[in-house]
Amino acid sequence: MKNIIININKAFDHRVRLGIMSVLMVNEYADFTSLKELLGVTDGNIASHIKALEKKGYVTVEKSFIDRKPNTRYSATKTGRKDFQKHIDAIESLLNQKNQKL
Amino acid sequence: MENEKYLKDISDIKHLMSRSSRFISLSGLAGVFAGCYAILGTVVAEILLAEHNSAIASLRLSSINAEILMRLFLVAIAVLVLAIVTAVFLTTRKAKKTGEKTWDSTSKRLLINFFAPLTAGGIFCLVLLQYGLIGLIAPCMLIFYGLALIHASKYTFGDLRSLGYSNLILGLIATQFLSYGLYFWAIGFGLFHIVYGIWMYNKYDRRNA
Repeated sequence: MKNIIININKAFDHRVRLGIMSVLMVNEYADFTSLKELLGVTDGNIASHIKALEKKGYVTVEKSFIDRKPNTRYSATKTGRKDFQKHIDAIESLLNQKNQKL
Repeated sequence: MENEKYLKDISDIKHLMSRSSRFISLSGLAGVFAGCYAILGTVVAEILLAEHNSAIASLRLSSINAEILMRLFLVAIAVLVLAIVTAVFLTTRKAKKTGEKTWDSTSKRLLINFFAPLTAGGIFCLVLLQYGLIGLIAPCMLIFYGLALIHASKYTFGDLRSLGYSNLILGLIATQFLSYGLYFWAIGFGLFHIVYGIWMYNKYDRRNA
């Protein structure tokens, strides 16, 4: 039980951050607008959560220009993927344990 | 209480993963229509062939004249265009209903991955036509269509894969019965589409309709 809780990652323990990581797990990259549309939250909200994930080293940011318009691409780092997978596994085993007890 | 939060987390994760990487507005009903067009097309082709010679005989290798070939070609194109137009219309309608976007990165990815193998197959079939290998065209269409579906299934409902394998296997079987190409074509593009379309409609669309 104890070591499951250790794997629950505080950095992902928020709806928006969980959402960002979910999208980045299955896509090579995602740009700001598509993340915003998928999650349905405001610009500022997304930006601050991405910053938090970036600081942890879970997400990388790549800025470029497409047709002279600035475009920001986000992708998950190797550590990000590994830790997020651990986080999902932890949640799942936690749920399984609780179900067994019932 | 905490349990519920985690359950919701997991369902959010699954939902976002599939919505961001797969195009899920594809209409099942479009499959049924495509199947009906294909069967109609086969009937028209049968009639065209019967007008000329006996149907079976003219389906044998290279015993078809250019004029009837052109007509058959036009029938095939008509079936294709009708099927695509219906699919686009029904899919747009379904997307609107569920509040999804029709033209985004997931649909683009789906189309590119579907049409890349299919176009190669189409060109290859034209080459078969060029060399007069008429009998191999129907099996080839089925095989390439099956491969295109298997490839595209990664970018939409995974169920598409089973339709792909069915067509692929049918196409391979058809290579051994060259004079019955038209019938295999009708089973693959007609019957399989209808069965698959009804299955998909029941599984995904009916709840939202």
